[in-house]
Amino acid sequence: MIRLVPNHALKIVRSAPVVFTFDGQSVEGHAGENLAGALLRAGRLHLRNAPANGGPRGAFCCMGLCQECTVRIDGQVVEACRTEVTQGLAVERAG
Amino acid sequence: MSDRFDIIVVGGGPSGARAALAASAQGLNVALIDEQSAIGGQVWRAKNASILSAPKTHETRAGDALRRDVLASDITHIEGARVWQIETGWTLHVLRKDVSSELTCKSLVLATGAREYVQPVPGWTTSGVLGLAGATALFKQSLTPPGKRTIVSGTGPLVFFVASEIRRLGGEVAAVVTPNSRRDWMRALPSMLGRPALLMRGAIWVADLMLAGVPIYWQRVVTDVSGDDQVRGVSIAKLDQNWARTSEDIMLAADSLCLGNGLIPNIEAAHMLGVPIRHDHALGGWIPETTEDGGTSIDRLYLCGDGTGIRGAEAAAHQGTLTGLCAAADLGHGTVNLQKQAKAKWLKSARFGMTMTALSIPRVGQAQLTTPETIVCRCENVTRATIEAELNAGAQSSNAIKSGSRAGMGPCGGKFCATAIAQLIAQQSGAPVANIPPATPRPPLRPVPLSIAAGSFDYDALPIPKPAPL
Ligand SMILES: Cc1cc2nc3c(=O)[nH]c(=O)nc-3n(C[C@H](O)[C@@H](O)[C@H](O)COP(=O)(O)OP(=O)(O)OC[C@H]3O[C@@H](n4cnc5c(N)ncnc54)[C@H](O)[C@@H]3O)c2cc1C
Ligand code: FES
Repeated sequence: MIRLVPNHALKIVRSAPVVFTFDGQSVEGHAGENLAGALLRAGRLHLRNAPANGGPRGAFCCMGLCQECTVRIDGQVVEACRTEVTQGLAVERAG
Repeated sequence: MSDRFDIIVVGGGPSGARAALAASAQGLNVALIDEQSAIGGQVWRAKNASILSAPKTHETRAGDALRRDVLASDITHIEGARVWQIETGWTLHVLRKDVSSELTCKSLVLATGAREYVQPVPGWTTSGVLGLAGATALFKQSLTPPGKRTIVSGTGPLVFFVASEIRRLGGEVAAVVTPNSRRDWMRALPSMLGRPALLMRGAIWVADLMLAGVPIYWQRVVTDVSGDDQVRGVSIAKLDQNWARTSEDIMLAADSLCLGNGLIPNIEAAHMLGVPIRHDHALGGWIPETTEDGGTSIDRLYLCGDGTGIRGAEAAAHQGTLTGLCAAADLGHGTVNLQKQAKAKWLKSARFGMTMTALSIPRVGQAQLTTPETIVCRCENVTRATIEAELNAGAQSSNAIKSGSRAGMGPCGGKFCATAIAQLIAQQSGAPVANIPPATPRPPLRPVPLSIAAGSFDYDALPIPKPAPL
């Protein structure tokens, strides 16, 4: 099929894989990428529970404003879209 | 760190970076602060460190050029730094790597850019629904599509850009849904003819989608998102000229959705500092009052870029140059000639940018998509019905809604619900939205961990920290 927009997926070279945990389960990401991107690629979209009804929420604005992507690391609440993935990072669902 | 700069520019997008470059070239000591780790702003956001190599695009080339220019200049670039409080005179409180410091300057330029507006619809809070502009931030940083099969919905050119990027990154686009009609685009055509390169890019995006058999639903809108912790289906319906629904829903299957309704200027910092604001739909809603060269009613405070009205990246850059020159001239450096050139370029590109903005101007029917059960304030989980109950009980301003229902009180600081709440107040009172100004912003401009401000981080207590101790 003719494509006017090429598929670049196979031409992207990523850094070495690292393994971190999300709610105790291992997830693979790449060193230096942000947590929101790594979790999304792993199909882990539900990052926090909303107040009141506990509804599942995940990354929304991807620019550090909406606070929907917040997760807990070392007891601190941080934005997954602004946090770098590192080997062994232990990430918990927030809220 | 406590330094006195001649000029501090907040925002390293095309506008702020060009303002800093222009002022620095006049020999001034300039700092450029951005919360991102690299220069580029929203439009030219840099790839993160995990991407070792990838094919270049229009955006990466333009961003790389800007990054090179800043690197080659004498500008002090303070990256990964969030300005959370500003005191007149000027002292900026800047949070970087969990440490808050104060920076001072003689003149301040705010180039804080835009964020997006998403009209709340049932299910828009489902994880897997990304903002349409937000999706481009994900693509630019992580080169990752939003899912395996994505529906892309929104106004203006962005919807086609996002669909095209998903295909470029190896994802599948299930459908494109846009409230705009083909006729809306025909009306925009004359001003696009003056910009053949951009017109060509847009034509390729659309032609590629058509060749790939991706359905494009013109004059349609997303009415409902089903799924719980993941998108499973998206309902769409037909709209009339006023964007009121005219048909029953049809359901499309997808595992992800990008959803947006245009951009709104980030005016909080300027508004907080006392710059008067006015409402103009043609510029994305509430904008701060500025002169053409970026001056404000406040001495030595300048504004430029999409934060002063949505005119697009090219106009933002020219306006930045103009504003940087003007700020430098006010400190006794620079020539009028350069200012004239920059102003002419700015006005020309602004005209084109505003034609694109016009495609996203909300129409009367849009507000009805937010049903009574729809969550309007995402942070506090407040529905339209709850907000309307407050209105019926006498609340008449965004501030009153806040204290009554907590809508707008959450950690995002009302950035993603203020427009929808104003819409509801306008409907109830019969007044135009231009009569419903946003609640006066209070510091912090960005969430500040309480460990910085008062001891330990507490999400629920945000965003009302004490002043930083440093
Ligand atoms: C998410 C998003 C994606 C977009 N993508 C595109 C696109 O692909 N193509 C396109 O043509 N247009 C895009 N736009 C439109 C955008 O507004 C551009 O026209 C352009 O980026 C505007 O340039 P600017 O310099 O005015 O603002 P921006 O590029 O938005 O730059 C503003 C900068 O200010 C920084 N900032 C703001 N407040 C603070 C603070 N308190 N502390 C520290 N830093 C701060 C931000 O990090 C940002 O980098 C996008 C808009 C958004 C919101
Ligand atoms: S996705 Fe909005 S703050 Fe991270």
